[in-house]
Amino acid sequence: MSKVKSLADLKKLKEEVQSKIKLREKGDHPENLIQIKVSMATCGIASGAKDTMNHFIEELDHQGIDALVTQTGCMGFCYAEPTIELTMPGREPVIYGYVDKEKAQEIIDKHIKRNELVDGIIPVSYKTIDE
Amino acid sequence: MNQLALHILDIAQNSIRANASLIEIQVKEQPDKDQYSITINDDGHGMSPAQLEQATNPFFTTQTTRKVGLGLPLLKHNAEQTGGHFQLRSDENIGTQLKVSFGFKHIDRPILGDIAGSLLILLSNENNTEIHYSHQTPKGQFEFDSREIKKELDGMPISTPSIRKFLLEMIRENLEQIQISE
Repeated sequence: MSKVKSLADLKKLKEEVQSKIKLREKGDHPENLIQIKVSMATCGIASGAKDTMNHFIEELDHQGIDALVTQTGCMGFCYAEPTIELTMPGREPVIYGYVDKEKAQEIIDKHIKRNELVDGIIPVSYKTIDE
Repeated sequence: MNQLALHILDIAQNSIRANASLIEIQVKEQPDKDQYSITINDDGHGMSPAQLEQATNPFFTTQTTRKVGLGLPLLKHNAEQTGGHFQLRSDENIGTQLKVSFGFKHIDRPILGDIAGSLLILLSNENNTEIHYSHQTPKGQFEFDSREIKKELDGMPISTPSIRKFLLEMIRENLEQIQISE
């Protein structure tokens, strides 16, 4: 049986990684980075936002695309969870609703790689009936 | 919500929003007592007595983006339907303590689920809230502290793909060691 990973192994790995990649300067032009915010409140979590987020992280890493995937609070589109906000460098943020794994894949393939918009965008001018 | 890991992820976000600097999450498995308990303590800004009273009301929320707040009511419901208890304490400017227990063998107790994934998401929160996780079973105990991790990483982001993968594996393997139950 192999040994269980420990903090000491983490230190080793960190040194390995550090020697391989040139570390990005902290906060170095985050606006030049693809940013994905996954709405991660009760509504999002209950609809599977965690799987969506994991898919984005793993698939973008797999394809070697540099992106910042973070979680955010409820954006108020609870009916359309999981929702994500995608910001391409130098563009306005776009909000997508009903982002399951397949939708996430489509967004990566079309929007992120070819800059084509995908179905399912929630218009920012959207207002609820009370507003 | 069908996993305790999702509940933990959800509830701990409340602590992050309350500007906590440390969240302590403790999971305790006591099959002999037929109890599965989860404690989440934070040192955030807490709730006023009026807010505390309303916290498990699904139609109460402090958020402005929507009019319902289901995180705590769902957890309370899940706990109570398995013969467990739900206890919430809060002091303004001191913090909030949540204690929730489930019937260990009750058929409706949600499974723990992907706790490693939940912790990783919580770890990379924007407010730099630190996370301390401990998991206790009859076989032993596992402790995980974001401050130790950050010290070892010395500035390297947790979101670095290989680091993230390593941490996921580390948490899973250690939990396997103490034979956590589903």
